[in-house]
Amino acid sequence: MSVHAAHHAPTSFIRKHVFSLDHKVIGKQYYALALVAAMVGMFLSWLMRIHLAWTNAAIPGLQLLSANGAPGGVMTPEYYLQLMTMHGTIMVFFVLTTAPFAAFGNFFLPIQVGAEDMPFPRFNMMSFWVTFTAFIVLMASFFVSDGPTLGGWTQYAPLNAVGPLAGPGQGMGVILWMASIAIFCVGQLLGSLNFITTTLDLRVKGMSLMRLPLSAWAWFITSCMGLTAFAVLMPACILAILDHVAGTSFFVPSNLVISGQLLPHSGGSTLLWQHLFWFFGHPEVYIAIVPGIGIVSHILLANMRRPMLSQRVLIYCMGALAVLSYMVYGHHMFVSGMNPYSSLAFSFPTLAITIPATITVLIWTFSLYGSKLRINAASLFALGFISMFVSGGVSGFFLAQPSIDIMLHATYFVVGHFHLVMAVAAMFGIFAGTYFWFPKMAGRMMNETLGKAHFWLSFVGAYCIFMPFHYLGMAGNVRRYSTFVDDYLQPLIPVHRFITVAALLTGCAQLIFLYNLIHSRFWGKPAPDNPWEATSLEWSTATPPPFDNFGGKHPIVYHDPYQYGVQSSVGDYVMQASPEQVKTEHDEK
Amino acid sequence: MATTVHEPPKIDSDRLPDDGHTGNGGWKNLVPAGGGPRLATDYSPPPSSTAIWVVLFAISMMFAAFTSALVVRKGSSLDWRSFTLPSILYLNTLILLASSVTLEIARHRVAAFMNGLKTRSEHPARWLYVTLGLGLLFVAGQYLAWKQLSAQGLYLATNPSSSFFYVLTAAHALHILGGLCGLLYVIRKLNNSTLRRNTLVATARYWHFMDALWVYLLVLLWMKL
Repeated sequence: MSVHAAHHAPTSFIRKHVFSLDHKVIGKQYYALALVAAMVGMFLSWLMRIHLAWTNAAIPGLQLLSANGAPGGVMTPEYYLQLMTMHGTIMVFFVLTTAPFAAFGNFFLPIQVGAEDMPFPRFNMMSFWVTFTAFIVLMASFFVSDGPTLGGWTQYAPLNAVGPLAGPGQGMGVILWMASIAIFCVGQLLGSLNFITTTLDLRVKGMSLMRLPLSAWAWFITSCMGLTAFAVLMPACILAILDHVAGTSFFVPSNLVISGQLLPHSGGSTLLWQHLFWFFGHPEVYIAIVPGIGIVSHILLANMRRPMLSQRVLIYCMGALAVLSYMVYGHHMFVSGMNPYSSLAFSFPTLAITIPATITVLIWTFSLYGSKLRINAASLFALGFISMFVSGGVSGFFLAQPSIDIMLHATYFVVGHFHLVMAVAAMFGIFAGTYFWFPKMAGRMMNETLGKAHFWLSFVGAYCIFMPFHYLGMAGNVRRYSTFVDDYLQPLIPVHRFITVAALLTGCAQLIFLYNLIHSRFWGKPAPDNPWEATSLEWSTATPPPFDNFGGKHPIVYHDPYQYGVQSSVGDYVMQASPEQVKTEHDEK
Repeated sequence: MATTVHEPPKIDSDRLPDDGHTGNGGWKNLVPAGGGPRLATDYSPPPSSTAIWVVLFAISMMFAAFTSALVVRKGSSLDWRSFTLPSILYLNTLILLASSVTLEIARHRVAAFMNGLKTRSEHPARWLYVTLGLGLLFVAGQYLAWKQLSAQGLYLATNPSSSFFYVLTAAHALHILGGLCGLLYVIRKLNNSTLRRNTLVATARYWHFMDALWVYLLVLLWMKL
C-alpha cells in the first residue's frame, strides 16, 4: 500500500520539520509538545506544593506570573485553584494523552504494522497542529486579565457556565479552557481516525491481527476509546460555552444566586454536565494507561527473552478494560446526588474492571517469575509501571464501594489513588518507552547509568509523594483546599511538608532525564539497528528509519511478534520479518 | 545489557510465509497455502472505506451525546416550552432525500463512466452538481427555518427547547457543509480524471448518513419539542 506515492520526501525545512506529513516527525512533535507540557505542569505542581506546606511564604518572582493572584509572591486561594486546574488539565490532556498514545503511537504504529505511513498524512499533520493550537489556547488563559479558570480539570457545572461572578478566571479563562478542550477533541479524533485505519488497513503481508505487537494493540484499542470519548466531550464543551456566552441554560439551574446576584438562567441540570464529562473522563483514564500497558508489555518481553504467559489474554484484557471503562463512569458521581441505585449499578462494573486489570498484572508477574530479566532503564521503568499500577489500583477497590467512597470522596486518598494508578504509572510507561525507543527515534543510545539513576530517584520519590496522600485522605484531609487552618488539619502540615520536599527533589531528578535526553540526542553513542535484540518490525529497519520506513521494500511477516527463547542464526530470538525457519516451543497451537 | 549489531533480515518479496508456522494465529495465514504473494490491498479494504465508518461512528457518538443531553434536560425541569416546528423543515427533508437519490444516480453514472461504458460527453458530473445544488438548497432552507423561529420570538436562549433546536440543526448543517466540501472535492477530482471510486463511495456514504441523521433529528425534535 503505497501511501508515500502521494507525498515524497520533503526537502524544505518547513515541510520536513514543521508542517511535516511524515508520521515519524509528527510523533516527535507530539513528544516535544508533551515534554514542554510536562515541564509546565510539574512547575505548577511545585508552586502548589510549596504553598500547601508553607502557606504564607512568599515565592520569589511569583508576583511576576500574576500580580493579582500572588501579591508579593504569596499565593491567594483563588490563584492556588487556578494553578491546580491548569496542572490537571495540562497533565491529563497534553501529557498523559499525547505522549504514550499520540507520540509513540504516531512514530511506531505504522512501522510496527509494516506500513510506509498513516493512510491520511494530512489529517495526521492537522491532528498535531490542532492539538498544538489547543495547548496555545489553554496557555493563553494565563495572560488574560483575571487568569485561567479555577474550576478544576473536571470543570463542574454550574461553575463552568456562570461567568466572572463566580471568581477570577471564570470569565475568559473558562471560555479559553472550553475552547482549548473542544479543539483538542478535534485533534484526537483526527488522530484516532488514522490509528484505526492504519491498524485495520495498512498491515503488511503476513501481519494478522494476532501478530500485531502488544503496543500496536494498545494504540489501536486506545484510538477506539478516544473516538468514542472525545466525540462526547466536544458537544459537552460546546453546550457549556453556549451557557457561558449565549445565555442558554443547559447546565445552570434556576434561581442561582452568585455573589449576591440572581442569575437569569433557568432549569439547567448540573448533573448533566457530570454525566457527559465522566462518560469521557473515565475512559480518558484508560486512554492514558492502556498505551502504557502495551508499551510496558512490549518492553518486558524484549528483556525477559521469553514469550508472555498469554499474549492473547492480555489483548482481551486491554479490550475488556476499554469496554468496561464506559460502564463505570458513574463511580465519580457517587456523592453527586445521583440516585443511590445508580451508584450500586456503577459499583458492580467498577469492581468488575479490576478483573481484567488483575489478570494483566498476574500475566506480567507470572511471566516475569523465573525469567532472567535484563536490567536496563527501560525494563526498570516497566517494572516501576507495574508497581505503580498495582499500588494505585489497590486503593481503587476501596473507592469502588459507594459506602466507603462517601468517606473518602474529595480527599487526598482519591488524589493519591489517581496519581499513582494513572499519572505516575503512565509517566513511567512514557519513560520506559523513551529509554527503549529513543535509539530508533534519534539514532543514538541514551546513557544507561543516568537512566537507572533517574529511575531509582523517581521510583522512591513517587512513593514518598503519593503514599502519604492516602494517609492524609483517611485522616480527613480534603482536596482542593489551599490552606489547612482547621484544628484537625493542622497536625497534618508536617506530612504536607514531607511531601513537598519529596516533590521538589523528585522534580529535580527529572532534570537528569532531560539532560540525558538532550545530551544523548546530539552526543549519544550511535545506535545500532537493533540494540535490544528485539523482534518486531521497527527493529528490522534502519536506525533512524528512512522516510518510507523500510527503504522502498514491503516487509513480509513470518512470525509472531515475540519469538524469544528460540535458537536462530542471530541469537535467542527470531524477528517477525525473518524468513528463517525456526522451531519454537512457545507457539500457541 | 548486551548490545548486538546484526544485519536486518533479507526481505524477499517473492517468498511466501511459512505455512506451517502460524503461531498465535488469529486469522492464521493471510497468505493462503499455494497462493501467490499479495499486497496488503488484497485483503484489506481501502483506508477510505474504513475511515468513513470511523467518521460516521464519531458523528453518531456526538449526536448521541446531544440526544441524551436533550432527554435529560427535558426531564430535569419544568421550564420546557414546546413549540411547533417550522413547516419549511418538511420541505427541507424532501430536498435532502432527493439529494440522496440524485447522488446515487451520479454514482452509477460515474461508475459507468469509469468503467468505460460512457463517454465524457455525457457529463458524469452533472448529477453531482444537482446534488450539490440540493445540498445548498437544504442549508438555505434551514436558514429560513431559523428565521421563521426567530420571527416567533424563539431565539437560542429563549427556552431550552429552542436552544436544542438551534444547536442540533446547526450542528447538522455544519456537517452538511462538510459533505458539500466533499462533493466539491469529488467533482474536482472527476474533472481532473483522478477520482478514485472509493472516494466517491465514501462521500456517498457520508451524504446518505447525513440524510438519515436528519430524518432522525426531525423525528426527535418533533417528538420532544
